[in-house]
Amino acid sequence: MLIPVLAVLVPTLPLAGWALNGLWGGRFTRRTVAIVACGAVAAAFAAAALLLWQIRLAPPPGRAPAGGPSWSVDLYSWIGAGSIQVPMRLLVDPLSVAMALVVGGVGLLIHVYSVGYMDGDPGFARYFAYLNLFMASMFWLVLAGDLAAMFIGWEGVGLCSYLLIAFWFTRPAAAAAGVKAFLVTRLGDVGFLLGIFVAFGVFGTTDFGVMTRDAGARLALGGGAATALALLLFAGAAGKSAQLPLYVWLPDAMEGPTPVSALIHAATMVTAGVYLIVRLHAVFLRAPAAMDLIAAVGAVTAIFAAAAALVESDLKRVLAYSTISQLGYMFLAVGVGAFSAGIFHLTSHAFFKALLFLAAGAVMHALGGETDMRRMGGLARRLPRTAAAFAVGALALAGIPPLSGFFSKDLILSEAFRAQAWLWAVGVAAAGLTAVYIVRAFALTFLGADLRGAEGAAHDPPPSMAAPMWILVGLTVAGGALGWSFTHPGILERFLLTVLRAGAGPTARAGGAGEGTLVAASVLVAVAGIVVGWLVYGRRSLRGGVPVLARLLRRRFYIEDAYAVAVIGPVRALARAAAVADLTVLDAAVMGLARAVGRSGQALRGLETGYLRHYAAFVLVGVLLILAYWVSR
Amino acid sequence: MTVPAPYHLALSAVLFTLGMVGVLVRRSALVMFMSIEVMLNAVNLALVTFARLRGAVDGQLLVFFVLVVAAVEVVIGLAIIVDVFRAMETVDVDDVDLLRG
Repeated sequence: MLIPVLAVLVPTLPLAGWALNGLWGGRFTRRTVAIVACGAVAAAFAAAALLLWQIRLAPPPGRAPAGGPSWSVDLYSWIGAGSIQVPMRLLVDPLSVAMALVVGGVGLLIHVYSVGYMDGDPGFARYFAYLNLFMASMFWLVLAGDLAAMFIGWEGVGLCSYLLIAFWFTRPAAAAAGVKAFLVTRLGDVGFLLGIFVAFGVFGTTDFGVMTRDAGARLALGGGAATALALLLFAGAAGKSAQLPLYVWLPDAMEGPTPVSALIHAATMVTAGVYLIVRLHAVFLRAPAAMDLIAAVGAVTAIFAAAAALVESDLKRVLAYSTISQLGYMFLAVGVGAFSAGIFHLTSHAFFKALLFLAAGAVMHALGGETDMRRMGGLARRLPRTAAAFAVGALALAGIPPLSGFFSKDLILSEAFRAQAWLWAVGVAAAGLTAVYIVRAFALTFLGADLRGAEGAAHDPPPSMAAPMWILVGLTVAGGALGWSFTHPGILERFLLTVLRAGAGPTARAGGAGEGTLVAASVLVAVAGIVVGWLVYGRRSLRGGVPVLARLLRRRFYIEDAYAVAVIGPVRALARAAAVADLTVLDAAVMGLARAVGRSGQALRGLETGYLRHYAAFVLVGVLLILAYWVSR
Repeated sequence: MTVPAPYHLALSAVLFTLGMVGVLVRRSALVMFMSIEVMLNAVNLALVTFARLRGAVDGQLLVFFVLVVAAVEVVIGLAIIVDVFRAMETVDVDDVDLLRG
């Protein structure tokens, strides 16, 4: 049987690449490092592709009740303590394979891109070792067949995220951003961990298959246990996927190298939360209140982050807020039960957002690391191909047909409309803002007067960086074919159907006038957004918008200030109080004791004269005293 | 005729006091050593006297132990004194004050 071997190979190959480059990368030539790193990921991607071929081909060995074709690969028993059993188990089913393909495909492209982008960096081998470790963790995350085992991958990607954000650790901003990302996602991870405990309590196991099968029997619909479990897991998902109010780490995470931003903070790791919810959709469907909350958080995040992106002047941070906003769409989708739409948008977003980031990276590469759009402009003439690639990504992000972003976003919006109209309205409004901010970013970067003058020789990137961009352009253009059709479920949805049967939403498209109107409305809003963006920012005017609103947006509705007041301030105060208490109370006690011992020693040293007769006299006096005591008794 | 016991005891007390004063006032390690021997033998005399008074032998038995231990102690003590002399070229205990606080 090929499937277990392939399933093990997928996470293991990048792990081997990490070990090789991590241990001996310093002695390898750059060429060897690049070949090892890219080769490991390419092999893992090939293994994932073979897995796809195998599961389409092979009949399932045992039919799980609601699982469809799925294979469990038990490696060994990780935790065995009485009734608590956690196996190291991989789960191969259409969902995990689809995710592995997205991760592996985008990951491979970004590895190749990184070879050109990181050329000349002294940490070349370290960078690729981290990147391979990330791939291994991410593959483990999507292939794990057990919630507790998944947590390993979950924390692994968090660690790599930290390491890569703070990759240029000599820059204080990068180091601080790494710590911030680590701590903020940790808040959510506490929820995830508690969710694992609740799952143990409810199911007696954390196996995904069992949880999916027994969710209906063990969790009362809308009951406390179901809601608690769903909310705790959602806390973990919100931290990892940068949803309100835990989004604050993602914009700062842009301190890392741009390919890292593309891979970890746009295409893969931040979508782990969406994947978690889809993976456990059977559990989440037992908690309608939690689902409503997820949809609402997603919708609010989508429009909030889109608004924040509107006033950001740093190109990468615009894309970061855009990512938060698009992740909001995904949560909106899974919140209304449109799980395959969520995965579809995850996939197409991985393509076009990676493309946007890589194009932004090409701009930075050409300008020597510049990310401030206010110092760019007119780059379309110097970087025509980069500008074209960015434009494709931008149009896909804005939702212009027939690019992939249009199909997936539209699917989410129509599902949202079916669920609750206000979610749809918010989503459409966010789509309009999306079009405006991405046009603004494009205009500020590529159009208008060339602010850099003759300074530098900015040019399009070398082939090793350009090739991944063009492949992503192709995927962005063609990706829509994966999942959208007017009348029947798309390819992706049919592929995932066996996994998602428990949460099957409406499988047939409503079709007809209603659907057409929705599509027309969202396209119209997107076009309107582009036109508005063009009119306001086309001439690279940075002004525009209501000043009060702009200030509100620039401060991001004071959310970070609220954190500063509510969390950071008290923690700092506590730390200061602890420092004072340490110096005045604890140190005083410890030092006082030491000083008391010292002083008593000083006082007693006079007794030690060194004269033998004095000691003999002491003995005599002692004996006399004892005698006196006996006699007087 | 026999000397009555109180005389023996008085002699023992005198000897002990002489030895004690010797230990406290003399500075030569050797003389101090001899003074200690005098004190030990004063105690031995008292033990023998009391044993005879009580008509038992256990006190006399104890004297033999004291003699043996004293012999051993002499060996060690003299060795220490010789070593001290080699190291410091003096047996004056007032000059040997390395442990002064």
